[in-house]
Amino acid sequence: MAAPFTRMMSGRNSAVLLASLGAGTLASGYLLTDSTAAAERKRLYPPSADFPDLRKHNNCMASALTPAIYARLRDKITPNNWTLDQCIQTGVDNPGHPFIKTVGMVAGDEESYEVFAELFDPVIKDRHNGYDPRSMKHPTDLDSSKITSGMFDERYVLSSRVRTGRSIRGLSLPPACTRSERREVERVAVTALSGLKGDLSGRYYSLGEMTEREQQQLIDDHFLFDKPVSPLLTCAFMARDWPDARGIWHNNEKNFLIWINEEDHTRIISMEKGGNMKRVFERFCRGLKQVEQLIHERGWEFMWNERLGYILTCPSNLGTGLRAGVHVRLPLLSKDPRFPKILDNLRLQKRGTGGVDTAATGNTFDISNNDRLGKSEVELVQLVIDGVNYLIECEKRLERGQDIKIPSPIAQFRK
Amino acid sequence: MTETCQYLNFKTEEEFPDLSKHNNHMAKVLTKEIYGKLRDKQTPSGFTLDDVIQTGVDNPGHPFIMTVGCVAGDEESYEVFKELFDPIISDRHGGYKPTDKHKTDLNFENLKGGDDLDPNYVLSSRVRTGRSVKGYTLPPHTSRGERRAIEKLSVEALTSLDGEFKGKYYPLKSMTDAEQEQLISDHFLFDKPVSPLLTCAGMARDWPDARGIWHNDNKTFLVWVNEEDHLRVISMQKGGNMREVFRRFCVGLQKIEEIFKKHNHGFMWNEHIGYVLTCPSNLGTGLRGGVHVKLPKLSTHAKFEEILTRLRLQKRGTGGVDTASVGGVFDISNADRLGSSEVQQVQLVVDGVKLMVEMEKKLEKGEAIDSMIPAQK
Repeated sequence: MAAPFTRMMSGRNSAVLLASLGAGTLASGYLLTDSTAAAERKRLYPPSADFPDLRKHNNCMASALTPAIYARLRDKITPNNWTLDQCIQTGVDNPGHPFIKTVGMVAGDEESYEVFAELFDPVIKDRHNGYDPRSMKHPTDLDSSKITSGMFDERYVLSSRVRTGRSIRGLSLPPACTRSERREVERVAVTALSGLKGDLSGRYYSLGEMTEREQQQLIDDHFLFDKPVSPLLTCAFMARDWPDARGIWHNNEKNFLIWINEEDHTRIISMEKGGNMKRVFERFCRGLKQVEQLIHERGWEFMWNERLGYILTCPSNLGTGLRAGVHVRLPLLSKDPRFPKILDNLRLQKRGTGGVDTAATGNTFDISNNDRLGKSEVELVQLVIDGVNYLIECEKRLERGQDIKIPSPIAQFRK
Repeated sequence: MTETCQYLNFKTEEEFPDLSKHNNHMAKVLTKEIYGKLRDKQTPSGFTLDDVIQTGVDNPGHPFIMTVGCVAGDEESYEVFKELFDPIISDRHGGYKPTDKHKTDLNFENLKGGDDLDPNYVLSSRVRTGRSVKGYTLPPHTSRGERRAIEKLSVEALTSLDGEFKGKYYPLKSMTDAEQEQLISDHFLFDKPVSPLLTCAGMARDWPDARGIWHNDNKTFLVWVNEEDHLRVISMQKGGNMREVFRRFCVGLQKIEEIFKKHNHGFMWNEHIGYVLTCPSNLGTGLRGGVHVKLPKLSTHAKFEEILTRLRLQKRGTGGVDTASVGGVFDISNADRLGSSEVQQVQLVVDGVKLMVEMEKKLEKGEAIDSMIPAQK
């Protein structure tokens, strides 16, 4: 018969307390119950029997995982029963992505990053340019008043956008959450958002209950997110129970938008047409702070620690979780062979205007920051502003028949 | 260190799935009461109720057929979650009761006839079933180590066969391009599942690790390893000699079973639900015996569906379960799996197809078939 689990009659407050005690208390993880069945399985299947075949793989997890690390971590579980195999399943199932080197693993809860640190740390280091979670601290700075030159030439910049994610401490993340936890995330977030006022006041549209008309409007506004089809996400169990407890909140002005229970507990997006990135970021910071205040009032908080910054499902989004970007026309520069190098040195990336898995069409590009961890929100947004201004300068110079220069690379952690 | 789980104290109502838009057997049977009773249980290997029903929650309904909406993760699932599985089994298998006993009969000599289906109409004949290897969990739940162990044992068993069963194993992850081409043109190759019915049940994890295809040199006996079940065993050939197909099926299966038993890993079976397989729809015999048959006139007759129902047969397109028919050619097979034996089910196919071919011939001549319509079998 089933091995009994002892349920802690724990309210969310003690869960929050335990988590905030810090990484150290949970570092060793919980070992799988030593019932007869489990012990027998361990005997029959040593870690070597379960080690995945990663010979055809090209993702950060596959580069970092060794049989020795797997052997030490395989039998550990987080307090929510999440295992290493569950963290890496998406990376085992998806050997490689044509456009970018994928991460290949996800966290199931805040504790995953501690219990499985031996694998997460090298993956984080690989993905975040040498950032070492064991020795470095991540700066958080949401003071938008520090931003300078945040207004772009609108003959080139068509729209500006800043997004990030936030997780609610004490509840498991999208790969692992139960239906009740996911519904609780929705409740916590929607309750907080209903407290926003002024230019931030808005309303919530539950994915499962919206009317056809509402759905069409959200599609026309380019707000609607759909059930994930990318195997990177489905293999990480993030589409379970769709569309239960998923939804979209946006303000009446349609420039502040929250996705609930897609790839993270919440994704927060500030956007508008045109080139006023400073205003976009100002609204972003203001909105975030108000939402944080509103959840605090009810005893909740965001997952955050000083090693990793904001805790999100994918290690690639740790730190700020921030992607600040523009849709910008660069017909001449984009055809210049030095374009990739210029972007690289400016720590910028280009995407198609359809988002991460798309290629660019025509001459309009989505240009945004590469980095997420190790630099603050203010630093990253400033970096995007300065970088995009440089790109526009290059475009103008090329228009005038003048030559352009590749800028010196921006400093990184890795020597 | 004590094992404590930091679950927040959520109630049954908060955890219960929203099945308001759903149309599958699980959604019809699952109540808050049943969910409440079973949600804290798990099988010895750790499979939970939520694991069982995930595929049914994620897939509200199928256009062609009413899906089951749940899977077993191991042999014990059918016991631990009896309160859910029993009514689903009853719904799916014609009122089969928890106290009923299932008969297994793999003696091909008990089949009457079956060697004379008209090859002008019956293009091919096929019998398939599944087998689960005792001592391992099932595809929704297996670890990589278990799946590999199943593969190793299966390959050992299969490569020891000789005579008409002498053959070769092709592991999915290391077959050459030429081998792959050949398997595709033979219509043997199975691919990574794309159907969300399977992927949401966790069956495509770690693909293509420890998956493969074995077939005999004659290409008439084929085994899939670690697809939707541990083993899928298929006997097939062109034309209408279902008797020969069934003979080879029974003989091959019994030879394989002997070898597994010698290794102390016989097949999962019990006298209530027969052969234990991943999907409740395949319990009992797990047998689908069928033909590809040309019935262009009969298939457009007003009573076609009724005839099939009375004969205890079902139709599918020639591409398999999720397809529609092409050019008047249908895949006709037994509808039942549990509560009747292998011989009985193949007998229904043989007798039923013979009758339908006669009906088709009558319709070709412009004659009526009303007097031929059978009583409910």
